[in-house]
Amino acid sequence: MKNPIEETRKIIDEVMEAYPEKTKKDRAKHVKPNDPTGACGTCQVKSNVKSRPGVMTVRGCAFAGAKGVVWGPVKDQVSISHGPIGCGQYSWWSRRNYYNGQTGIDTFGTMHITTDFQEKDIVYGGDKSLTEALREVKEMFPLARGIGILSECPVGLIGDDIEAVSRKAAAELGIPVVPVRCEGFRGVSQSLGHHIANDTIRDHILGKGGKLEKTTPYDVNIIGDYNIGGDAWASRKILEEMGLRVVAQWTGDSSVNELAIANSAKLNLIHCYRSMNYICRHMEETYGMPWVEFNFFGPTKIEESIRGIASHFDARIMEKAEAVIAKYKPRMDEVIAEYRPKLEGRKVMLYVGGLRPRHTIGAYEDLGMEVIASGYEFGHNDDYKRTYPVMKEGAVIMDDATLYELEEFTRRLRPDMVGSGIKEKYSYHKMGVPFRQMHSWDYSGPYHGFDGFPVFARDMDMTVNSPVWDLIRRKKPGT
Amino acid sequence: MKIRDHNELFCGREYQEQFERKKEFENPFPAEKIAEVSEWTRTEEYKEKNFARKHIKINPAKACQPLGAIFCASSFADTLPFVQGAQGCVAYFRSHLSRHFKEPMAAVSTSMTEDAAVFGGLNNMLDGLENAYSLYNPKMLAVCTTCMAEVIGDDLNAYIRQAKGKGLIPQDLPVPFAHTPSFSGSHLAGYDGMMKAILQAVTAGRKGDPNGKINLIPGFDTYTGDYRELARMLGLMGVAHTILADASGTYDSPNTGQYKLYPGGTTLEDAADSVNAMATIALQKYSTAKTLDFVRKEWVQRTAAITPVGIRNTDRFLEEISAITGRPVPAELEAERGRAVDAMTDSHPYVHGKRFALVGDPDLLLGLMSFIMEMGGLPVHVVCTNGDKNFRAEAEELLASSPFGAKAAVHTNRDMWHLRSLMFTDPVDLLIGNSYAKFLWQDTGTPIVRIGFPLFDRHHLHRYPVIGYQGALNILTWIVNTVLDELDRKTMHTASFDAIR
Repeated sequence: MKNPIEETRKIIDEVMEAYPEKTKKDRAKHVKPNDPTGACGTCQVKSNVKSRPGVMTVRGCAFAGAKGVVWGPVKDQVSISHGPIGCGQYSWWSRRNYYNGQTGIDTFGTMHITTDFQEKDIVYGGDKSLTEALREVKEMFPLARGIGILSECPVGLIGDDIEAVSRKAAAELGIPVVPVRCEGFRGVSQSLGHHIANDTIRDHILGKGGKLEKTTPYDVNIIGDYNIGGDAWASRKILEEMGLRVVAQWTGDSSVNELAIANSAKLNLIHCYRSMNYICRHMEETYGMPWVEFNFFGPTKIEESIRGIASHFDARIMEKAEAVIAKYKPRMDEVIAEYRPKLEGRKVMLYVGGLRPRHTIGAYEDLGMEVIASGYEFGHNDDYKRTYPVMKEGAVIMDDATLYELEEFTRRLRPDMVGSGIKEKYSYHKMGVPFRQMHSWDYSGPYHGFDGFPVFARDMDMTVNSPVWDLIRRKKPGT
Repeated sequence: MKIRDHNELFCGREYQEQFERKKEFENPFPAEKIAEVSEWTRTEEYKEKNFARKHIKINPAKACQPLGAIFCASSFADTLPFVQGAQGCVAYFRSHLSRHFKEPMAAVSTSMTEDAAVFGGLNNMLDGLENAYSLYNPKMLAVCTTCMAEVIGDDLNAYIRQAKGKGLIPQDLPVPFAHTPSFSGSHLAGYDGMMKAILQAVTAGRKGDPNGKINLIPGFDTYTGDYRELARMLGLMGVAHTILADASGTYDSPNTGQYKLYPGGTTLEDAADSVNAMATIALQKYSTAKTLDFVRKEWVQRTAAITPVGIRNTDRFLEEISAITGRPVPAELEAERGRAVDAMTDSHPYVHGKRFALVGDPDLLLGLMSFIMEMGGLPVHVVCTNGDKNFRAEAEELLASSPFGAKAAVHTNRDMWHLRSLMFTDPVDLLIGNSYAKFLWQDTGTPIVRIGFPLFDRHHLHRYPVIGYQGALNILTWIVNTVLDELDRKTMHTASFDAIR
């Protein structure tokens, strides 16, 4: 009988052959056959270390993690892309962190606001100009509840003191001004940017001057949901139906006030563990607030999570939890009856970030699909530990995969669809492999919650079963 | 089965009530206050404050140098853009270009981190060149920089020499390099710098007999349809030519079930031979200034920069080609001109006297302004974030040349938030800009015609040409039908809802 781990190991070894010696040695540590039991001593993936130069990593940078992921969605704060023009331009409203508000007046989510560094700022420093910029922002946007200074590479390299500028400006302008040292060269990926952003929320906003009239025993926060395509709203709906009171959403559709009052809640519910476990640990240590991980992708995981969350509360909530599950059961069954027959047995390869490489597996399984390979752009050891048990023996697990590896594994594993990002999307279209962007939900969504799963199911069906794939006249390789 | 996604789902009562409940925790300003500030931002008073700001840009319409550089590099065959610096930049460039073209875009980074900030990026470059060459087998590695490498002052020339000296990449592999600091110029300067570097590298020692061709440099042109239109027009004229460089092969490749890292582009052999052409014509001036200067001085070629957007600009362009090559403009192109002009005579009542706001890159703006005035339209607000004083002078001269330009003001180094003030205080009928200009439509209700870069929220517009007579016909069609769509929307509850227009 074939050993799935050894079979997969053979494939991985073949793929690694193309690398120069030094890089091969490094990359081999990042791609492993899965062992759900943990018995295999050589199946642990190395992670959260520097990418090799020149291999075409998919990763972004700390700025992307801090501005693009964590701070950007805070709707009533002006997030300044502090430095040259590009970073803010390329991250302009690309993550679809939905919010309610009047843009440019009391909310600023779809805007690109930057100090647009010029040569003189590099030579003489940007602090003086930044001070003026902050005044101008306050004048243009008098209803801004705060200003974030999201540093780009040069700011750290030329030694600007944005902390000093921020302190003075906060006093002068009467709103929080948060210096965020998320220069793109810091750390090895987006991940450090998440951490830096968490720390700056902790230091400048959390527990400071928020407004909350009353508290209840059922107060919770949604942590690590960026409301992509309305995800957090779909999740909030379930929690409210369970009888819980959601005090703060971090940071999808969040306000500065929600960041400030979160410490008044009783329990933190964390969806994207990777980007926000830091603040949960902080609130646990400082305010004694427990936190619980949950997964709102697909009915199986949603139901499991609802029960898990309810178990932290009294019988009233536990009863309501069951009622919520029962309420949506017929709709979930209907969705599965419609889509499972069209998707049963289809194989999926994922290469994404944050929580998705593991959290979406259950939703695929609810549709009868199997995730045969999965990987994280910027995962850490704790992410992989949570991933091994939910994947089959011999599945491929990839860390910081390169374009070359993704292409090779696709050729060898022949998935029926791939879920990854915009940079990967169109090479898969060329290969004729059905593809779905699993960062932005391909401009669809929500995918979270009971309202999200039908959308997820519909989207996976249209991806795998579109007739356009059959129109491709496939040339033989090498022609 | 009825599935409601975000477009419908959140309009439902349950979610609307949820949003109301959520406000308890948001501490929002009272609705009256928001309305008051919103009104105030539409006033002359706000406009003055807005135009007084000097240190912050709000919704600017420009990108940074390396984006232009890698776009340029990727338009050459078998060429891998290679970016010395932090890796996030390259992730951003690739995403940005893929979102516009809906095509894959390959480029590598040297993934410089904090240690490189201290010790320099030499090791990153050596490892990067070796890895990129072994994995992706390019025939050229075109190097540019992020601001990190520029601030710490990496010596690209020395690094590349070392890489070759150590045998990490072949001695004869062309590795042109351009310094592309993001804190100066825009994507246009990056395109220019990279083009000059590539041409310099691939033509070295190749000066020989004249090849009887002309070179065409499209500049930072993100319309793949333009490259094909250009080749078609010159084909009809029977003019042998080289497009430097042809982005359409890279950014509009056929689906054959195979992913090709290098699906097309101008071959390095053709590029090398460009030094022997009889002339070099750029289709944009502000993204090719240094390159044309180099071509004039080093190759001693006749040069010109003409953007063939609109009828008269296309006339001028074809006349120039004709003058250089001695080949007449063929009857077929003349007939196309006639058809485009005929279409303009049909549509002019819907464009004449219409007031336009425009935002975009300098050369395209000049072409569009010219074309709008040819139809009797009135450019009113012209915003060019990356326009310099030369552009401003040229634009003002163009506007002064026609009575239809009399109402216009040109705003360089301004952004779309300035344009918002202009559109509130001095409204227009139509807006022309990229996808991000849609927020101006959202705020002011002014219908938008999407022309420029990036175009993220409409599909395939970039596959149509905007140059030549065909391009004029396309732009005319987009403009006039936007006017007519808007007319239908405005008259749908009145007697004026005409079936024939």
